[in-house]
Formats: sequence, structure tokens, C-alpha cells
Amino acid sequence: MLFTLSWLKEHLETSASLEQISEALTNLGLVVDKVENKAEILAPFTICEIIDAEKHPDADRLKVCRVNTGKEILQIVCGAPNAKTGMKAVLALPGTLIPSTKQILKIGKVRGIESFGMMCSARELLLAEEDNGIIELDPKAPIGESYAKWLGLDDTVIDIEITPNRGDCLGVYGIARDLAATGMGVLKPLRIETIKEIFPCPISLSADSNACPHFTGRVIRGVKNCPSPEWLQRKLRAIGLRPISALVDITNFFTHDRARPLHVFDADKLKGNLAVRLSHADETFKALDGKTYTLSKDMTVIADDSGVISLGGIMGGDTTSCDDSTQTVFLEAAFFDPIRTAITGRHLGILSDSRYRFERGVDPASTLPGLDAATQMILEICGGEASEKVVAGQVPDLIKDISFHPTRIKSLGGLDVPLQRVNDILKALGFTVRNNEDSLDVLTPSWRFGVEYEADLVEEVLRVEGYDKIPSLSYGPRPQEKPLNPLQERRFVVRDKLATRGLIEAVTWSFISHELANHFGGIPEALRLLNPISQDLDAVRPNILPNLLRAVLLNQNRGIDCIGLFECGPQFTSSLPNGQHMMATGIRAGFIHPGNWREKKRPVELYDAKADALSVIEIGNLKPQWDRTTPQWYHPGRSATLKLGPTILGYFGEIHPQILTDFDVKGPVVAFEIFLDRMPFPKRKSTLKPSLILSPYQAVERDFAFIVLKDVPADTLIKAAIKSEPTLIEDITIFDVFEMKNNQKSIGIRVRLQPKDRTFTEEDIQSLSQKIITSIAQNTGGVLRQ
Amino acid sequence: MSTHGQLKSHVLEEISKATSLTELEDIRINSLGKKGHITLLMKEVGQKSPEERKAMGAELNILKDTLTEAFDYRKAQLENAALNARLASETLDVSLPPRPSPRGRIHPLSHVLDQAIHIFGQMGFIVAEGPDIEEDFYNFTALNIPPEHPARQEQDTFYLPALEDNQPLVLRTHTSPVQIRTMIKGKPPIRIIAPGRTYRSENDATHTPMFHQIEGLVIDTSTHMGHLKGCLEEFFHLFFEDSSIKLRFRPGYFPFTEPSAEVDMWWKESKWLEIGGCGMVHPNVLRNCNINPEIYQGFAFGMGLERLTMLKYGIEDLRLFFESDLRWLTYYGFEPEARE
Repeated sequence: MLFTLSWLKEHLETSASLEQISEALTNLGLVVDKVENKAEILAPFTICEIIDAEKHPDADRLKVCRVNTGKEILQIVCGAPNAKTGMKAVLALPGTLIPSTKQILKIGKVRGIESFGMMCSARELLLAEEDNGIIELDPKAPIGESYAKWLGLDDTVIDIEITPNRGDCLGVYGIARDLAATGMGVLKPLRIETIKEIFPCPISLSADSNACPHFTGRVIRGVKNCPSPEWLQRKLRAIGLRPISALVDITNFFTHDRARPLHVFDADKLKGNLAVRLSHADETFKALDGKTYTLSKDMTVIADDSGVISLGGIMGGDTTSCDDSTQTVFLEAAFFDPIRTAITGRHLGILSDSRYRFERGVDPASTLPGLDAATQMILEICGGEASEKVVAGQVPDLIKDISFHPTRIKSLGGLDVPLQRVNDILKALGFTVRNNEDSLDVLTPSWRFGVEYEADLVEEVLRVEGYDKIPSLSYGPRPQEKPLNPLQERRFVVRDKLATRGLIEAVTWSFISHELANHFGGIPEALRLLNPISQDLDAVRPNILPNLLRAVLLNQNRGIDCIGLFECGPQFTSSLPNGQHMMATGIRAGFIHPGNWREKKRPVELYDAKADALSVIEIGNLKPQWDRTTPQWYHPGRSATLKLGPTILGYFGEIHPQILTDFDVKGPVVAFEIFLDRMPFPKRKSTLKPSLILSPYQAVERDFAFIVLKDVPADTLIKAAIKSEPTLIEDITIFDVFEMKNNQKSIGIRVRLQPKDRTFTEEDIQSLSQKIITSIAQNTGGVLRQ
Repeated sequence: MSTHGQLKSHVLEEISKATSLTELEDIRINSLGKKGHITLLMKEVGQKSPEERKAMGAELNILKDTLTEAFDYRKAQLENAALNARLASETLDVSLPPRPSPRGRIHPLSHVLDQAIHIFGQMGFIVAEGPDIEEDFYNFTALNIPPEHPARQEQDTFYLPALEDNQPLVLRTHTSPVQIRTMIKGKPPIRIIAPGRTYRSENDATHTPMFHQIEGLVIDTSTHMGHLKGCLEEFFHLFFEDSSIKLRFRPGYFPFTEPSAEVDMWWKESKWLEIGGCGMVHPNVLRNCNINPEIYQGFAFGMGLERLTMLKYGIEDLRLFFESDLRWLTYYGFEPEARE
């Protein structure tokens, strides 16, 4: 909401400084975004007239102009295509600081011809973004006068943010009222107009109360739709509005001064009487913005015999708009329902100052006073005579009666405010207050929407009194439980664990493009966004890996070849709460480390991802099983699924080479995915460990090599060995694996045997070795290599 | 006697001249070994008369002890010299770097979340969570934002296909639905924080379609705005490790709180920065969660995790949080901590 300081002072008698006013506004909840005085930077610029403009003898695009500054005639070379004889423009003389370039203008020679100044574009003055040639002023602009003053920019412009509950402050008067309540000044009373009604209104009104509870208007005949007076044009220009004509400018003025939108129809273009009703499906309407809209059912429209001529509270129509030749107008003031206005506006995508106010709530009691005030201004500026007013419906009663216990200010707001002060504040804001024994009967003012409960009144009192007066209290009792439950805690543990293994945590979008998702098993319709922000992000991710693969690509493109990333976050199988899964997903690409003087760089391999995956599983102290069936994005021969009974805990493996090609990523790439919320917790976590018995006898190590078929998992071999002597075998290490001919491989294992009650003899060792060999032979078909 | 004396001085001289341990060992074998001169002499003693035997024996034993001592001494000398020579030859360039340890990093958002949870945890808040894909009811309606409320337009919402019961689904625009779920499920007193991913359809230099919020909710019978101010002041003092941080509470508007406040922080002695919103929970919200507003009241607050992170660590570009650029993650990320 933009307004100027002088405009505010038309409603508020105050000696407060700009700074005090700004601070008071922010403290009231009308936060000041920007305070700007363009007059300062625009001070040196004046209005001039181009007496004549001739082509530069040596340059086709340049013109040599003689310019009347009001004091003298200057020669100025100008490159703007729109410079022409007789045009009024904005002049900068040598020595002036040009706002856009921050450079001082000098007398210059352009292609051999001296130029004693410059005519400016809106962009050069920082008044516009784009460059549309030099500013062309109204032919009546006074030569020699300050441009800023003429523009109405010699006033401080204040921009405040208005929250949706404060429609009453979308007019300068409402802002003045709030300020007056804080003691910042005295609110000046509005002039009450008495209109001389000369003739009966020739147009009658009807209104469907669902569409519009209160619809009023009158005809004013014999008007002259001239440009509005200077004071009005300046006001509108200062807040960024373009003056159009007196009739239109007057309605815009009341929109911004009183938050009271009005509309003027050219009465000569109306056919018959006016009715406010709900639209039928597929009615069409050509609006003032030149566009034709197709309406759906139940929008608020104003219609005459020709059909829809206005979208009530949103935008007037093209066929009945006022122009220079307008002589008779029908001025409309109404109360349009906030919700219906919001629905219609949003549905049609029309933004207007009127819609903005009606959907936040326009004071329903301001309809007739607004009609009269605007009538009076039209009569003063455009002449003519007014008819009697016509009214359909009545002022809706939206006033709330609240029983307010002033003790709530302390118990809810934490501040003691004396009862008299509470009364004063509420009355200054327009509330009607009646004091009872321990409570107040408070009636809300007609212009306030959304004040319904005691809590709302507590806020009214507090914001005028100042939130800064509320004393801060130290906050309450101390914790009885840990802030994180074990599942939440686990995520932080997992992050630290994976980072300790050298992986770097990423946070990527929960979005994905459905096309990428297709490489990862596709995506259910339920996860496709109905209104995506871009094609790239048009679905909710069913898997984190595609995002990490894209991250790998991005880093590879920057010349990084040791990549290790993980993300701990959600992925989705459906749009239901149980379709959201908390994952720990990681990826390694290229080399495990960049190499150094001790070690060559080593490419990442399946077993790195396996170690990462197991480091996560280990947190749950679980002993998972595995199998070879993995999702399609893994290399079928180099991946595994980790399971706990029937529950899939996750996967690890090499990424399928086709996926790498599709993502344009250089391999090798390995990855893992763990479903964190599927990892069970021990019922009660005991801190006790089983007691450790340390044997005093020396342990013995023996090496064996077995030949097995290639598809026998090493795991089976180890299990077979352990099974042969579970108590004495302390540890088994695989020290060697190599492939042989005939689809066979050799596995070398080192077995550590720990005697419990006496030192092993050579015979003991022999017999234990034989047991191991026999068990492996029986369980895996493995043969001891001689 | 003199033969022994000569022998002694001869062997002692040989010992002192020996330059290596092997040479010394040869000399020892030659003199004191099984067939060494002195060993042989000692064997001869047995054939002598008792008197001679006694005298010679004593004499030879002294000789043997003297030589053994000399051998041991020289041996220690040579060993020491050899060790010194070895050490001299074994010098390594200690300036060379050791094998690098893995350099993993924790994302700054996780780090800051961890800190925030820790601080609020000490104030008695526990973490509550809810789904990212929310029903319209929890995200809006229950929070006193009916379908046509203007506040809905201020939040650009992502929509997903409705469920079978026609309940519209959205990507939650704030973590406030977690407050609703907590209140509907639980009973006062309630004291939770709700951190998590949130989504709005915005994408420019200062907005990303996904971001993180942390919200708080307290419901009991007596908590008021003074406590709210105290709670947030304590949090910001601890979070920024600076108890001189100044906060400003000014009236604001949220449909789900009344009174509502915006929270600004005085930043670098130069300007007020908006860092969060808060207020007393709106009676309609309590009613929507079957909590009697005549008995219970409390506050709620919310802030952006990215904002907190950027302010605390001087990170300027919001967009890079989600780019996964390893250079950025390594620079702004944090070392992992050892946890139980």
C-alpha cells in the first residue's frame, strides 16, 4: 500500500516526524517496507519543450534539437527515436548527476555538433525498467517547472505491507486512524456531503443478496469528463497510478483514500435497468483490460438488458466505460461479498485494486457515504447534476458483539494494561465499548473484518500499546525426556557414520522429473504434481538415487573424479503418510580417493557400497541376509538386496551401465539404499554387554585354499567352516580370491583357532583342520588346493 | 706368567681394533671359544700339580673375566655404532603428508537442525514429525485457513491428485500441520518442535521450491506472550552464541495465531531482519483439534532453517544449498561428530 506523507496529513493532524510515523506504523503491524523521496534525486530535472528537431547532418539516427528550457534556447543532440518537434520532455543540464549511470553530465560533442544538455528516458531516471525513448510529457506540462514537483514526486512516498486482515488500511484514512490511536496525532473528521438531488434516478436496481447484499448508485448528468485537476493527478502519480480522466481518477482516489472502490458507467451506453446477479455458465464478458472472459456459474456480475457489463467488485466492462465524450454517468457503490470476489478473481486471474479490497473486506457502512463523497467530487470537478440515489438490498450487519475480559490481556498477552487505557485504545480504533462489572461488551467497527474473539481484542490493545512493552519471561520447566525418539536420533547417527566413512551429505529436492523417474521403475499418478513449477520438478521423488546421479554428473562436469555423496531424506511410494520412507542413500563414483605418494588412486567398487550399507545396518546391530534379486537400476550380477526375514532393508551394488549412459555419468558408480524406518529396534536397549572370558592359551592360525565352483558364494564357505567348530574358531579372514579355468575359483582363508582350556597339540590342530575341510567339502563341494 | 701377560695384551689389542661385530666374534672364538687359546690353556690346568693348578687357575679365571668384560664392552660399542649408522641411514622426509583420512561432511542444514534441536531440547521441547504430502485439512483448514481465505493465495501451493474421498493433497507449505496432528492425537500439556521439509511454488534467487522450517508449539493453561518472547530470545541467544542479540516483536498476521507477531533480529548494527513468525494459538485452531480454548492456551512459532544457517555461517546463496556441488558442501559442511 503506497501513500504519501502529505496525503496522510490530510487525515491526521500531527507534528510527528517521518521517522516517528514510520516506527509507529511498524509497531502497529503496518510494517514499513520502503520510504522514498524521489524529489531528492529528481530535483535538478526540469520540463522543456523541443522547438524543433532536425536530422543530424552526419548521423541518421541522431537529431539536433533546439530546446526551450523556459530560460533560454539550447542546442541538444538526441538519439531517441521519439524526439520530435513540439514535444515536452524532461531536461538535464550539464553538471547534473544522472541517476542510472551515477555520472555527471557534461557538455559534449556528438559527431561534431555540440550538445548542451540531455533529454532523459524513464530508465535514466530510474523510473522504469525498460527504455522506451525519452519521456514524453503531457503537452500542457509547464515549461521550466521542476519535473518532480509537476509529477507529484516531491513528496515522501511510504510503502507499507498490509496483512490480509487489515482491508481497512488499504485506504489512507484507515492508516491515519490506526496512527491516531497510538497518540501520534488527531484523526480529522471526514466531511459529510449533502448532495442536492435534482431528479429521480432513471435507472432502477435489483440485487440478488447472494451476489451483492447492498447495491447503490445514482445518475449524474451533464458532466464533462476532463483531465483531473493537478492535485489529483499528482496524488495518483505519486503512488504509481496513471491519471486517465477525471471520472476514472476520482474512483481511483476513493479506492486509495477510503478503501472504498466505486465504479462509473457511461449511462448513455447502458441498456435498461441494472441487476446484480450470479452468472450463468459460459456467459462472456469483455472487461476494461480489453480481454474477453468466459464466466463460470455463480460469479457476481452486473447486467443490463444487453447482458453482463461488469464483474462486481473486480473490473468494469469495456462496452459501458467512460471516455472523453461521456456526459451522463451512473456511479455505483456496493458491498460485494469477500469470498465470492476472491473465488471469481482467482478463477479468472484478474488482479485489480478493487478486487484486492473487496476480497479483504470493504467497510459495508461506507457504501452510501462513499457514493455521496464521490458524487460531490464529480460535481465539483466535472460539473453536472445528481439524481436521487437508488438502493437495492441493505447494509449487511457484520458487526460482532464480543464479551471481553480485560484480564485476558495479561493472561494471554503477558502485559498489564489499565482498564481506562484499554477503553481508550478500543474506542480510538472505532470499537464501541460498554463496561460491565468484570468484562466489557465490545462491538466491532463495521470496517474491521476478522475481529471475532477475545484474542483478537487482546491483539488490538497490545499492538497499540506496543509488543515491546511485554516483559520477556524465562521459559518454564526443564526437560523430562530426550528431544529425539530413537528413530529420529538414528538419522543423525547415520549421517555421522556415513560422513566418517568419507561421504559428503547432500540435500536434494524432494522433486524429480517423471521422465527420470521412469529409469527407476516409474512413478504412480498420485505422485505427479498437478501444478509443477517446471518439467524438471514435476513429480515427488520415488527414489533419491536419480537426484544423486544428477549431482554426480554436475560434479563430473566440474572436473571432480572422486565423488562420494549421501542423502538422508524421504522418498515416496504413494501419497499416503505410510508411502513416505526415510532413506539413507549414498553413491560413489570414479575413484575412492584421489591417490597420493603412498597409494595409487583406486576406482570405487561394489565392496565400497557394501561397506557403506553395512555401516548403516550395523547401527541397528542387525545381521541381515542377502539375495541377488535387486531393482532394475543395479547391475544384475553386481548387486544385492539386504533382508531381515521377508523385510527388505535395502540394496547395494554397481549402478546398471545403461542407467549411467542414460544419465550421461562416467562409471564406475556404486550405490546403496537403506530404508531407515524398516530397521527394527531391540525391545529395550540394554547397555550391558555379555561378560568377556579371555583365554590364557595361545591362539593358532592356519591357512587353507579351497577350489570351488565360481557361483559358490564365499559367504557359504565361511559359514561351513565356522559350523565345523563354532566354539574354537575365533575368526576367519579371506586373504585371497582368484578365478581359475573350468568355471572354478580359489578362495584362501586364514582361520584363527582359540583354545579354551589347554594349549593345542599338533594332533588337535590336525583334527580341527580336517573337520574344517570336511565341512567345506560337504557344504560347498570345495576341495583343498594342494 | 709373561706368556699370559702377552696373550692378554695381544687379545685386548685385537678386541680394541675389531671394527665389526663378526670380527669381534672371531676374536672371541679364537680366545674364549671351545677351542680358543685360553680355553685350551684352562683345560691344561687340570694336568698340573695342585699348587700350580690353584695359582694358574686363579690367574686364568681373572684373564678370562677381563677379556669377557672387554669383549662385552667392545660389543656394546660396536652395536651402538651400528645402530647409529643404521639410524643415520634410515632418515625419512617427515614433511611428506601422511595417508589422507576420509573427509566426509555433514550438510550445514543438518548441522544447524542438530543445534536447534539440542537448544530446544534443553527447554523441554521434543521433536514431532508428519508427512510431507499433507491433506488440505491439516495444511490449511484446521489451521483456520478456509478455502477462500486470502492467506491461501500468499502461499503458492503444490497440489497432488486428490485421494478417493476427494480430500485435496498438497505438499505441505509449512510444518504447521504437524502441530495439528500432534494436538489431535495428544493432550495438553504439549511442547513440541516440528522441523522438516516444506514446499512452495517459488523459484528465484531468494526462494527455492523446497526449504526447511522449524516450528514450535506449546499448549498448557498459562503460557502467554511473555513466555513466547522469553523462549525465542533464549533460543536466539544460544543459537548465535551471543546474549546481546536484540529481537523485535511486532504485530503480524497469521490465520492460526492471535495475537500474532513477526520476529525481527537487529543484524550487524545496521538493520532489522525478519527471522520468524509467532503468536498465541488461535482459539479456532484449538477447537479444530478438540482442545477447549476456555481452558487451554499456548504459543506457536516458526522459522526458516536456511535463513538461520545463512545468518550464522555467512552463507550468501540460498540456491547452492541444494546444488550438491562438492566444493560448496566441503567448504560449508561440518566434520561428523562421534555419537553413541
